[in-house]
Order: sequence, then C-alpha cells, then structure tokens
Amino acid sequence: MSIAVAAAPRRRNALPGFGPTIGLTVFVVCVLILIPVAGLFVKATDLSVAQALALLSSPRVLAAFRLSFGLALLAAAVDGIAGLLIAWVLVRYDFPLRRYFDAIIDLPFALPTAVAGIALTALYADNGWFGAPLARLGINVAFTPLGIFVALLFIGLPYAVRTVQPVLADLERDVEEAALTLGAHPRQIFSRVIFPQLLPAILTGIGLAFARGVGEYGSVIFIAGNMPGISEILPLLIVIRLQQYDYAGAALIAATMLVGSLVILLALNLFAGRWVRRHG
Amino acid sequence: MAELHVFGEKRWMRVVLIGVAVLLLVVMLVAPLVLLFAEAFARGIAAYGASLMKSETLSAIGLTLKIAAIVVPINAAFGVVAAWGIAKFQFPGKSLLVSLIDLPISISPVVAGLVFVLIFGARGWLGPTLSEHGIKVIFAAPGMILATLFVTVAFVARQLIPLMEQQGREEEEAAIVLGASGFQTFWRVTLPNIRWGLVYGILLCNARAMGEFGAVAVVSGQIRGMTMTMPLQILALYQDYDSVGAFAVASLLALLAVVTLAVRRFLEWRYREELGYVGSL
Amino acid sequence: MSVSRILLAALVLSAVVPAARADKTLLNASYDATRELYADYNQVFATEWKKQTGETITISNAHAGSGDQARAVIDGLDADVATLALAYDIDAISAQAKLLPPDWVKRLPNNSAPYTSTIVFLVRNGNPKNIHDWADLVRPDVKVITPNPKTSGAARWAYLAAWGQVLQSGGTPAQARDYVTKLYKNVPVLDSGGRGATTTFVQRHQGDVLLSWENEALLAARQLGPDQFSMVVPSSSILAEPSVAVLDKNTAKHGTAKEAEAYLRFLYTPEGQDIVAKHYFRPRDTNVAAHYADTFAKIKLFTIDDVFGGWTKANTEHFADGAGFDQIYQPVH
Repeated sequence: MSIAVAAAPRRRNALPGFGPTIGLTVFVVCVLILIPVAGLFVKATDLSVAQALALLSSPRVLAAFRLSFGLALLAAAVDGIAGLLIAWVLVRYDFPLRRYFDAIIDLPFALPTAVAGIALTALYADNGWFGAPLARLGINVAFTPLGIFVALLFIGLPYAVRTVQPVLADLERDVEEAALTLGAHPRQIFSRVIFPQLLPAILTGIGLAFARGVGEYGSVIFIAGNMPGISEILPLLIVIRLQQYDYAGAALIAATMLVGSLVILLALNLFAGRWVRRHG
Repeated sequence: MAELHVFGEKRWMRVVLIGVAVLLLVVMLVAPLVLLFAEAFARGIAAYGASLMKSETLSAIGLTLKIAAIVVPINAAFGVVAAWGIAKFQFPGKSLLVSLIDLPISISPVVAGLVFVLIFGARGWLGPTLSEHGIKVIFAAPGMILATLFVTVAFVARQLIPLMEQQGREEEEAAIVLGASGFQTFWRVTLPNIRWGLVYGILLCNARAMGEFGAVAVVSGQIRGMTMTMPLQILALYQDYDSVGAFAVASLLALLAVVTLAVRRFLEWRYREELGYVGSL
Repeated sequence: MSVSRILLAALVLSAVVPAARADKTLLNASYDATRELYADYNQVFATEWKKQTGETITISNAHAGSGDQARAVIDGLDADVATLALAYDIDAISAQAKLLPPDWVKRLPNNSAPYTSTIVFLVRNGNPKNIHDWADLVRPDVKVITPNPKTSGAARWAYLAAWGQVLQSGGTPAQARDYVTKLYKNVPVLDSGGRGATTTFVQRHQGDVLLSWENEALLAARQLGPDQFSMVVPSSSILAEPSVAVLDKNTAKHGTAKEAEAYLRFLYTPEGQDIVAKHYFRPRDTNVAAHYADTFAKIKLFTIDDVFGGWTKANTEHFADGAGFDQIYQPVH
C-alpha cells in the first residue's frame, strides 16, 4: 500500500483516503476477480500451443468469434445512440407516463436472462406479435443472427441509458443558458457544450453493453438458432466443450474471449480518459 | 419537475425526440413485459396465485432473497470505496484497474460459473481440501453467493465512477480545508452528490443479483426446493410445460424492478429539500 | 433505506421457509425428461420405505441436461444416485470422478436400465407434410427439429437412431452418413436441450417434425393439446436405455448406501414399473408392459451395442471433436 501511495499523485491532492480505498479495491479485485480469472488462464495452459492454435483457428470457432464480437459491438453502438436519446428525453422533457418509462429501463436487468430469451423468442418467432408481421415482409428474426442482435440490444440498453442519465441530470445548465442567450443554435450547444461532457458516459455505456453482450448466454440461446458457423455464439461453444469434459478447451475459448473484450474495454476507457482530460 | 427544458430546441423537435424514444421503449421493453404478464395471467388470477404458493417456488424466492441480502450490501460498500479511490485521485494504472473491475461483466456467465467450479469443484484446486473439512462451496449456497458476487461486483462502482469523476473534487477539498474529517466530508459532501448514482447502482446490482441465471446455474446443481433460485425455478417450470408458473415467477422479478424504481421516485421527491439544505453548506 | 428493509424482510422470509429435514435424505441427479416421473416416484417410494422400515426418507431431485448433470456430479454435486439419459454419462462419472466402479452397468438388472424409451416423430395435427418414416425427413420440403447432439442426450439418441436405421434396412455406413447429413441440412434450429427443442417445435411453430423421446412426445401430446400434434412411429428406431446407478463414494459418505440401492431396486418392482409406464417410459416387466400395451406402439428396435458397438465407440466415432456430427457442419464456407 505504501508503494501505491508513493506512486500516487504528482499534483498535491488534499483529499484523504487514497491508500485505504485503493488498497481495499485492489484487494477485492485480486481475490474476487483476478485470482479466479487467472485460474481460467492456468487451466487453458493444459493445452499445448499447437492444440490451442488448432482449436482457435478452426472455422467454427472463428465464425463464432466473428458473430459474437461483431454483433455485440453493433448492438452496443446502436444501444449507445438509443440510450443517449432515451436518457435525454427522460431527463429533459416531461411527458405522460414519463416516470413509468423511466422505471422500465431496468427491466433487462431484473428479468432473468433466460426469461428474456423466452419472451423475446415468443415475440419474434413467426407466430409472435412482432414476428408474424415481419415474416410477412420476408424478415425472419428469431433463429437467425438478427434474433441474436435483438436480444443483445435488449440486454445492453439499460447500460447505455443508466450511465448517461445521471451525468446528464447533473450537467450544469448555466453554460447552456449562457450559450443560448448569446444566440447559439441548439445544435451547436449540443455538439459543443453537452456532447463533450456526455461522451465519457456514453462510451462507458457502450463498453458495458458490449462487454455484457459478448458473453451473453441465457437470453441469446433461445432466439439464436444455434446453427454451427451461422448463428452459434461463443458461450455455446464453451458449453459444448464442457459437455465433452474438455475444461481446458472451454477455458481457452473463454480466456481468448476475455482478452478480446478487455482490449476493447481498455481502448474505450483510455479514449474516455483522454477525452476528459482534453475537454473536462 | 421545474423548468426541464432550458435547451433552446423547437417544440416539434421535442415531440419527435419524445416520440422516437417512447417508440423504442415500447418495442424493446414494454412489449416483452406485457407478453410476460399476459402469459402469467393466461389462466386467470387464481392460477397465478396458486402457482406462486408452491413450496418449491417459495423456497426459490427465499433463496434468491437471501443471496441478494448478502451480495448487495457487500457490493454497495465495495462500490463506494472503489469509486472514491478511483474517481478522486490520479494514479498510474487507473484505466487498468477500472477495466479489471469491469472484467466480470465481460465474462460470460457460463464462464463465471466455470471459474468457481475450477477452484471449488471436487477436482478443483481448493475443492478436495475444503470438502475434507466438511465445507461445501459449490452446489450449495456459498458457491451461488460467490458466483453472484462475481457477476455483480462492478455494478455500483461503475455507476459511481463516471459520476464522481464528472463532479470533480473541489467541494471535498473545500470541506477538508475548512477542517472537516475525511468521513465527514464523504458523508456530508460526497454522499449527497452521488446519492442518485448510488441508489441506481444498488438497484441495478440487486436486480442483477436476483436475476442472474447462467453463472448460478453452473454452480447450483439445480436441486429442486434446495438450490434453486428464482431464475432457475422459472426455467424449470417453463420446461415442465407450466408456462403460467414460469411467467408468474418472472413477473415477480419484473414487478420487483418496477416497485423498487417507484421507491426510488419517492425518495427523489422526498429528499429534494435535504439536497437543497446540504447544497447550502 | 428501503432496499435494506426489503432485504431484511427477505432474510426473515427465508428463515421461515426452511428445507424439510428428515431422518435420511437422498439426492437423485437426473435429466430433463424424468421430472414428472421422479416427482411421482419419490413420493411413492418414501411411503413404501416408511411402511417397510419405519424410517422417514426425503428424496430431492436435481434435473438438467444429462451431460450437465454428469458434469455436476463429477465436480462435486453430492448425489446418491444418478438416473441419466445415457450410459455414457454414468461411464464418465465412473472414469473421471471414480465414484462408482467401471462395471456399474452389471450391478442392476437389464443393463441397469429399469425402463427404456425410443425416438419417435411428433408432427402437427393431421400430418400436413405426410411424414411417415425416416425417408420423409430428408425431403427438401421438410423442416426437422432436433437438439444439438453435442449438448443433449435426447439428440444423441436421435442421431444414432437416424444413422442406425439406415444400416438396419441394409444400407452401408456411407449411405448412413449421407442420410444423416441430409437430415441435419433440414434442421433450422439446433436447441441445446431436448425440452428446448420441444418448445421450439410446439410453441414457436418451427419445423414440421420433431425428433423426440417417445415419453416426451406422449407427454407433450397430452400436456400441450392432443388435437394439435400427433405422434408418428417410424418403421424402426433405437432402443434408448436411460441408466441408473448408485454413486458408491457419495452414499458411503452419507451413510445412505442401503437406501440408495433400495430406491433404484424399487424401480424394477411391479409397482415401480407401473409408475414408470404411467409416465410413458417403456417398462421392462412383461406384465406391466402388457397392461400398457396400448400406450406403446410396436416398433422394430435396435440397440446401441448391436449397431454401434457400445457408447464409448459411438461417442468417439460420432460425437467427439471433429467426428461424425462435426463433419456435417465442416464445409459450411
């Protein structure tokens, strides 16, 4: 801990508690997160390098990586845009049933993922409320990659809304007001004043939605179709490995997935941090 | 709400924005919720009530509440501590630490369960030693609590960090300079400012803790009436072709979300004055 | 705050609902399709046990996919008995966790399978696609629903039934491979479990025919509307033998060896066989079988030992990594 304190702020920081809070945080992160996750990587090393490469480069695994990461990123990005819009409307405007719409945002959290999967599949299957009209237009959602996208969109939305919402609510209005009095166009106010302050939160939300989506199992498995190479997600491949008592293979896919997610999250965090330093 | 729109956008713009947002919410969230309740009440309110009173279902509700009662306070305390350290100070490796806290969210629930099986399973690293001492972790409540803790650990922290970063530390520094202790500063300056984020975080953490499926499924062993949580029970009922029972339990979890959010609304309304008072400090 | 109050109430509530404690408890690790069977059987056995010995016994059941349960037992799920979909899963428990000897299958009558089942077709009411036998399943206009053999016990039996019936009708292994490949090309959704596939077929209206356990098909037809589905029995199919076994190491630890043995042996009694048949599993007892003759269609059944040389061989050739099933999906791109 003393090392942490010594390595701490160059600029004098009058606030107390850096040592204990970071110490405790690092401790919890180690015990609850790092050690278990390290176990995953250790398990993966049961495989030889050749075996590992063969597994990771097999067409099915590659297809699943493309599918899981691609769709999770896409869904997270769409959630980021939708989340900003929804948070904006909820924080800034008053309209009938607003508080009810606000309350329902957390539904995807509260709903067990398996139930979400069942409900979404029921909605988007060919005989569902949405699935039937879409099927008449020739669009099949359930049991296709589009169904996975819909499920990931659902799962990720609260992350996108709830990270932006408090920041938006706490924004100081005086700058906006000043800009408005000075005759700035609302669009300028948004892009020059508001958006830069929101961006870190938006990116955080996208990051969380992505991270959550990439490994999502319960809600996706029902609606996915699970066809090898087409709609087979990575977590399903892990489950299949486990069924074959191939823990090392499961751990390898899981570990690779994690590294991929981590790299993307780290990039988002670094970008957000840099953005705060430049604009904040 | 007083004066919501300072922003100078046109009225039609507002209407369009509200319309699009509402449409998104209806299609994405309201429709599944309505379907859920429609299915739960498909055979009338009596069948709904009866299906909730089954002893297996009651024990699943009990276990879920017990797990949440342990997991949520721990994660709330951790979240506040971590957010203080991370948001109020600059230090090398900060982004890395934040990403590490995020890590469980990006771990597939299935893998989160697997990780604990690898450690505490009968063939795991610690499992054999623990079972010699009669300690059961996996396929019992402790394992399910651990898995839930793991899955939800980031929720509160992740909610508070951006909020506290955005608020900066001027107010706290002023309080310290004026002679307040660290705890006083936190209690009277920081906490009122982050209350919303904290309540959001706790609610999200609670909801996720109660709704967690994949990770808990792996470490539960699915013993009926004993190690079944609500989500596991929902799937079990659904697969028993008891869709009313399944959706009835699901509707409880959905209701829980709606009710806790209503409570949040109430708190928000109630301590507006409190907020004003603290603000004048 | 309110949240903590809710949580407090939760603690109180959970303390009020304790698990019932009895003199002895047994845990039965079973698979998905036996939920109804064992819910019924456990009560009957407990009553019988009380009558015979005066002891109170409580039996808990854990249900999940058969492979899932085998894995849970291997990783430390404290089950006293395993009643799984395939002998292979119990072999795995024996091989990996050494909870029971490798020759466990010889310890109880009928290969330790007190009841059997087979794979049949479930079609929509009136059989609109005119599906009568295996040959119809590979027609280009037919969509087949069956779960993923990698994750589902029922699907493994279905896969082997499809393969085996080609050999049974005089086909070569190459023709069998060709048939099964065509069959899986007609599968639009691969669910991870048997019950999932049934739901996809019944409630999501996917596909024209469901490859299903016979007991599941009969149960589904009854529970979900006899006017909506009918069962089609193919000319030949596989004799599925769901296996049961006492997990010796666990019962020794719990002191339940006697109870566990009695629990499984009772399945073979006329009373046990009757419960089994009531839940649409084919009984071994000829008298009981005669009594339920109307329920179970006459069908030419072949065994996995005869056609595939046992589970271990079948697994290596068909379900292991890169084996038969994986090859169907190899040349996707």
